[in-house]
Amino acid sequence: MDWPALLLSLELAGATIAVLLPAGIWLGRALAWRQFRGKALVESLLALPLILPPTVLGFYLLVAMGGASGLGRAYSAMTGRTLTFSFEGLLVASVVFNVPFAVQPIQRAFEAVAPEVREAALVCGMSRWRLLRRIEIPLAWPGILSAAVLMFAHTLGEFGVVLMVGGNIPGETRTIAIAIYDRVQAFDTGAAGVMSAILLFVSLGAITLSYLTASRFGGLRRG
Amino acid sequence: MGNRASGLHVRIRQVAPIPIDADLRCGPGEVLALVGPSGSGKSTILRCIAGLHAPADGRITCGSEVWFDGEAGVRRSAGMRRVGLVFQSYALFPHLTALDNVREGMDDPDAASARGAARALLARVNLSGLEHRLPRQLSAGQQQRVAMARALARDPAVLLLDEPFSAVDRVTREKLYGELAGLRRDLNMPVILVTHDLDEAVMLADAMTLVSHGRTLQYGTPLEVMHRPVSAEVARLVGLRNVFAGSILAHDRQRGSTFVAWEGHRLEVALRDRIPIGTRVSWAVPSSGVLLMARDRPAGPLDNLIEARVGRLVHLGDQVRVVAWVDNEVSRPMSLAVPRHLAERYALAEGASLRLRLRGDAIHLMPGE
Repeated sequence: MDWPALLLSLELAGATIAVLLPAGIWLGRALAWRQFRGKALVESLLALPLILPPTVLGFYLLVAMGGASGLGRAYSAMTGRTLTFSFEGLLVASVVFNVPFAVQPIQRAFEAVAPEVREAALVCGMSRWRLLRRIEIPLAWPGILSAAVLMFAHTLGEFGVVLMVGGNIPGETRTIAIAIYDRVQAFDTGAAGVMSAILLFVSLGAITLSYLTASRFGGLRRG
Repeated sequence: MGNRASGLHVRIRQVAPIPIDADLRCGPGEVLALVGPSGSGKSTILRCIAGLHAPADGRITCGSEVWFDGEAGVRRSAGMRRVGLVFQSYALFPHLTALDNVREGMDDPDAASARGAARALLARVNLSGLEHRLPRQLSAGQQQRVAMARALARDPAVLLLDEPFSAVDRVTREKLYGELAGLRRDLNMPVILVTHDLDEAVMLADAMTLVSHGRTLQYGTPLEVMHRPVSAEVARLVGLRNVFAGSILAHDRQRGSTFVAWEGHRLEVALRDRIPIGTRVSWAVPSSGVLLMARDRPAGPLDNLIEARVGRLVHLGDQVRVVAWVDNEVSRPMSLAVPRHLAERYALAEGASLRLRLRGDAIHLMPGE
């Protein structure tokens, strides 16, 4: 059992949620209520990581973060380290491949908030911040929680992109999914089995929590 | 919160998304009913007043405050207008209790006094004891009361009610009518009630404005608008079925009568000698002004006798609604309501001929279409 790999995966998932959830709320809310030219294109771009083969996404991320790229050079100049094959590089990749999992459930949840409920809040004279905090986020909460759970489970399980961008450096980029592959390659099926089972139960627990909360809040939303 | 003394003045013009050409006014403490059929633009006018929709042009003022001015580019936000709005669907915050719904309607919901004030408002709409219920745990009538309390929570400059009684059953509606009538004694702001129900306007409003296709057609007291429509269009909208076209034939000042030519008939109506002879007019008579006439009875003054044939009979409880074809012409249907016992005595049946008495004093003249 590779505990450091599990810990690294949990750290990566936590950091991804911390970065992407606020951005997902902002983006999902904007896409739910605003109409603008090119909206379909923006939505398609945000959904692209869903259908792009992980190796293709990984390849482009590798190129975008490599030493020859502007981003890679800027990071090296600032930190003296390379962005690829580092935890930070993995985090950038994780944020990118999780975008559709963050945005789509949140967008659907904001779309489901009745427009007249928002209008009632505006007529009540609520500030934008209070409207978001007291009305919109509580009502969109099931979608926001779903997004967090999906991001968590997806980060724990992602393999292709992680291998392309991060490789397999113990304690730095070896996530639990990579560790399982690593153990299978070494014919250590016992350890691979334990880690797979842990991943299975963690994912199942997260999804169940999401469904339970959604059904509880669903009743509230219907008023 | 500005000077409320001169009330609310609204002038709205727009072509799209739906055409609106509306003028209305409502004094402090006055209840103005905005009446019109579904899709007539009433709710859009209300949304313009609330600041939820900006018309292309016009001017909306409340007291000394300008809320909207198309020419001057003034467009005050919904939150800054201080309106209380009861939505047709109530639009309560579904995740908040009744108390918190009302609290969120206040200027400072987090103030120490807010909870007590919200409780008092809920008591005012007879909801004491239900403060901690969620909207889904309340009946439609109770939800409407929460919406009303929330609308009043900011001490609004104007109270707007968008068909607030349409989602409740009849018994609850009657009860809520009584509550609103009681509540309005204490309300000193203009109140605008959107409804498609004329009876509701008669019961609750001091004045009404009739709206159709986005245009305000007539302003007056509800009874005035219903009994003295200014046009054939208004007459039809207020439910008058007998609206016809004719022309002024003569005036007889001594008899106190004006004569109207209509499809070969000479109708005698109350004197309207300001209308020049020969003018094309529309005339309307309510069902109550059309009576069955026994053939052996002499006609009284201002009675117009007309031969007709029963075209259609509809039994509605104690009443029978009769559509009679004047001169046996389908194109001249005259509606009248006959008590059931009278219909039986006259042996009314489809196809039977009958004599009608049009009461000239009930005939109302309007400009021709």
